[in-house]
Amino acid sequence: MPNIPANLKYSKSHEWILEEDEVFTIGLTDYAQSALGDIVFINLPEEGDEVSAGESFADVESVKAVSDVFSPVTGIVSAVNEALLDDPAQINEAPYDAWLIKVSQVSNTEELLDSDGYEAVVAAEEA
Amino acid sequence: MEQKTPLYDVHVAEGGKIVPFAGYLLPVQYGTGVIKEHMAVRQQAGLFDVSHMGEILFTGPTALDTLNHLLTNDYTNMPLNKVRYGVMCTPDGGTIDDLVVYKFGEESYLVVVNAANREKDFTHMAQNLLPGTKAEDISDSVAQLALQGPNSPAILKKLLPEEQIPKGYYTALPDVDLQGIRCMISRTGYTGELGYEIYTANENAPKLWQLLRKAGEEFGLIPCGLGARDTLRLEAAMPLYGHEMDETISPLEAGLDFGVKLNKKEFIGRDALVSAGTPKRVRVGLAVTGRGIVREHQEVYLGQEKIGLTTSGTHCPFLDKAVAMALIDPAHAAEGTALEVNVRGRRVPVEIVPLPFYKRP
Repeated sequence: MPNIPANLKYSKSHEWILEEDEVFTIGLTDYAQSALGDIVFINLPEEGDEVSAGESFADVESVKAVSDVFSPVTGIVSAVNEALLDDPAQINEAPYDAWLIKVSQVSNTEELLDSDGYEAVVAAEEA
Repeated sequence: MEQKTPLYDVHVAEGGKIVPFAGYLLPVQYGTGVIKEHMAVRQQAGLFDVSHMGEILFTGPTALDTLNHLLTNDYTNMPLNKVRYGVMCTPDGGTIDDLVVYKFGEESYLVVVNAANREKDFTHMAQNLLPGTKAEDISDSVAQLALQGPNSPAILKKLLPEEQIPKGYYTALPDVDLQGIRCMISRTGYTGELGYEIYTANENAPKLWQLLRKAGEEFGLIPCGLGARDTLRLEAAMPLYGHEMDETISPLEAGLDFGVKLNKKEFIGRDALVSAGTPKRVRVGLAVTGRGIVREHQEVYLGQEKIGLTTSGTHCPFLDKAVAMALIDPAHAAEGTALEVNVRGRRVPVEIVPLPFYKRP
């Protein structure tokens, strides 16, 4: 069973969300990185870009395939983890440290799950 | 409904991530992941289940003539226990499949084909047999394990006397007793690395796997899945059916001239290949010089002009760079040419580089 920390929120499309002082930090879950396999490339938006809830804001490529990363919130990108551009394998090694972007001025949020809710989503996909 | 290979339970026990592929349930990777599996084959050794491959036995007094009629290569005067690559063409010169032929007797040849093409191959072969040749699809009773990597000979030496291990590249020994298991061992592979492919009856496969795993422990051998098989073959620029070739791509366009003997008096597709003349597209290697990873079926541009399509592409773990193969207009195929590939709407700069991307030292 993948690691699903209790202090985070989750989307059904396997992003984790940490909300602190109205800033939303977004990353990929342990389940997502494991399903993707070895990640070798990531495309990230730039600071100041707008992201929309339910829409793709980044793509990650593993040796196997390319996958979109969806934003769980609508807002403005206030920080980008540029270290991932050179070393995307950090997402495999420590998915909950390797955040992708931070979003501010959030005007809309998808329905977010708590860790129990997300665990049920993962269990259903693994079944 | 997908078939299981005789090693299915072994893969599950080894932690394999099982996916459907060419009608079979096979591991795409094990717990270590594609990159570590890829590196193990380049630097130590890896073990693959390739039991999905198709095996067709050709026997009879005209077996050689039938192969020379069906296939592009020339199998005349082939020494015993030798392996030779070939292509099977449509009458139009398109590629039905690529394959290897083993000669085990003057009237006995084994042809190994791609799993996904096995049924259409056998149908085409059966329709074009010369009188006096029998073709038999024995795929369902044959398992195949690929032991690949620089430590492969040392691993086999723990299990076999030296004379039971084939020495030359593309040679095979048809009847080896490996610790009580009857098998055929061939010095071939699909990784660009030194290695062997070992064929045995289905019921022996789990025991053979365990023997090789145990003998390989001290040599860094790990089990490897379809993911690493693909990155390894691509890094070594080996063509894959359905990518670099298909029924709309001739073997000459795919750059397989070495296996196409146009001076042979006859084979299916020869006339079409001859009358087509110089190929209108050629296979080239692309190294990604910008940021991104090029995949298959993406458009290749020289400025605003679309000059071809990619056929395969990935990030190569050993070279640690993104590469691709493409079929492009020969007028723009010179090494060093700067091109761009449309990667989901984004232009990624690439450069034509010599093939193969990786060559064994």
